[in-house]
Amino acid sequence: MSTIDARFRSTLGSFELDAKFSLPARGVSALFGVSGSGKTTLLRLISGLMRAPGSLTVNGEVWQDERIFIPTHRRALGYVFQEASLFPHLSVRGNLEYGWKRVPAAERLIAFDDAVEWLGLGALLQQAPQQLSGGQRQRVAIGRALLASPRLLLMDEPLSALDSNSRAEILPYLERLHQQLALPIIYVSHALEEVARLADTLLLIDAGKITYQGPLVDGLTRLDLPLAHRDTAGTVIDTTVVSHDPAFQITHVSRGNISFELPGLHRAPGEPLRVRIAARDVSLALDMPSQSSILNLLPARITELTDDAPGQVLVQMKLEDSVLLARITRKSAHALNLQPGMRVVAQVKSVAVA
Amino acid sequence: MTLSAPDISAITLTLQLAAVTTLLLMLIATPLAWWLTHTRTRWRAAVTALVALPLVLPPTVLGFYLLVLLGPKGAIGHWMQQLGLDTLPFTFGGLVVGSIVFSLPFAVQPITNAFAAIGVRPLEVAATLRASVWDRFWSVAVPLARPGFITAAVLAFAHTVGEFGVVLMLGGNIPGETRVLSVAIYDHVEALEYTQAHWLSAGLVVFSFVVLLMLGRHSGQWQRVPA
Repeated sequence: MSTIDARFRSTLGSFELDAKFSLPARGVSALFGVSGSGKTTLLRLISGLMRAPGSLTVNGEVWQDERIFIPTHRRALGYVFQEASLFPHLSVRGNLEYGWKRVPAAERLIAFDDAVEWLGLGALLQQAPQQLSGGQRQRVAIGRALLASPRLLLMDEPLSALDSNSRAEILPYLERLHQQLALPIIYVSHALEEVARLADTLLLIDAGKITYQGPLVDGLTRLDLPLAHRDTAGTVIDTTVVSHDPAFQITHVSRGNISFELPGLHRAPGEPLRVRIAARDVSLALDMPSQSSILNLLPARITELTDDAPGQVLVQMKLEDSVLLARITRKSAHALNLQPGMRVVAQVKSVAVA
Repeated sequence: MTLSAPDISAITLTLQLAAVTTLLLMLIATPLAWWLTHTRTRWRAAVTALVALPLVLPPTVLGFYLLVLLGPKGAIGHWMQQLGLDTLPFTFGGLVVGSIVFSLPFAVQPITNAFAAIGVRPLEVAATLRASVWDRFWSVAVPLARPGFITAAVLAFAHTVGEFGVVLMLGGNIPGETRVLSVAIYDHVEALEYTQAHWLSAGLVVFSFVVLLMLGRHSGQWQRVPA
């Protein structure tokens, strides 16, 4: 069931946009593409800040069609811009209250104090935006957008203007947003790591056209799509923390019958954890090695192979309901005579927290 | 030496004229500045030039055209007579109209600059936070443009106080009605009453200096092009 159905078709100067997509009721949909591919334009069209011929339905409510165009301020949305864009003439509290006050009490999604506590803004309420750090400002911007009680949250590269420390500060909040609110989010990004960490659904955009829409893992691992061929290509697997071995500082996580071991983590058992496995960190063997320094040895079945960079082959494998990518040399693939359908052992050198 | 009754009347009249002009100018200049900031029409450049015209035209030229336009044979004057109204030349109302035209650029430019400096982003943010156009104007644009409004009001007031050419052409020299400070000074000089002229002139110098001093602290992008 989709809640967001959109179709836009327009020529804006020399840029041609022809985008049609449907997005699910909840979770994070990442809109991913290179600079200039039309990501921000699409977000502005959805918000009504820009106008182009097309149609848009959100939760059964028509925001735009041939006859209707609901202006931005009457669309129940939240918009987090690249720069926090806080109102400089208002305090942090004034900024947070701006949208909140304009929503009738009965329609509010979130209590003021909850949002403040949740984003850790209690100590900042009386301060002026100019006094805040970049990360704090963006947290206020997120809180301000949430307090406007959106039915759809639009985020336009909210981390890209921040340094890596501030980025690390914000990401956990975004993850919690994702886990705790049944709020559909469209998250624009050109950083694959952010997408891999946050998204459930992926929309790929290239030169104004949607080239893929569907589950994140498929988008990352389908060999006919560009992401699998990137240098940083890889897969993500949603797991649960099982146990922690303090002696070796190793954490066990699992999904179904597959389990992984990760070093240097501190997560409580039962916690969900998304892990990321890069294609270049996976090598293949035909038999289970008896002795190896590699902890994660997983039986898998090859589903597809394709040529990648010169001399290299990209191997797509199934691992129960998960997908794994391995980038190996053509020579090795030839030596092992790898074919679709073959059973192999994936030797995963490194599993990272997404 | 104390000021004579006619001089006090001239001062009061001048302050009244400046206050009324400033008030009306803010009401006229604000929407005009908003339009100039946000319009995409190709008429924008022409309107900007038209608004700036009083900066470079001799006040006598402005006064002359206003006199013609507002007089009984002018387009506006004729129309007003048909409506049963008195024509404006040689009245306080006529001076207000003249002063508004004369000081228009001094009010429009600072406000336009202030609106432009805000940019569209804060207004877009406000729109995504459920604020209507009118709401965004009052809750975002006006507070952010406040320095521009202050500059505009102070300049419009001070510029009206110092007006002479337009008044002389359009208002003449009617005590209590159109005889403002600058005209009073002119009369004193004509009558060789240099002491009175000194008092009033020095007062204007001090007033203008204080105004500019206050504005300077406040910064501002405005230029006085000599007429």
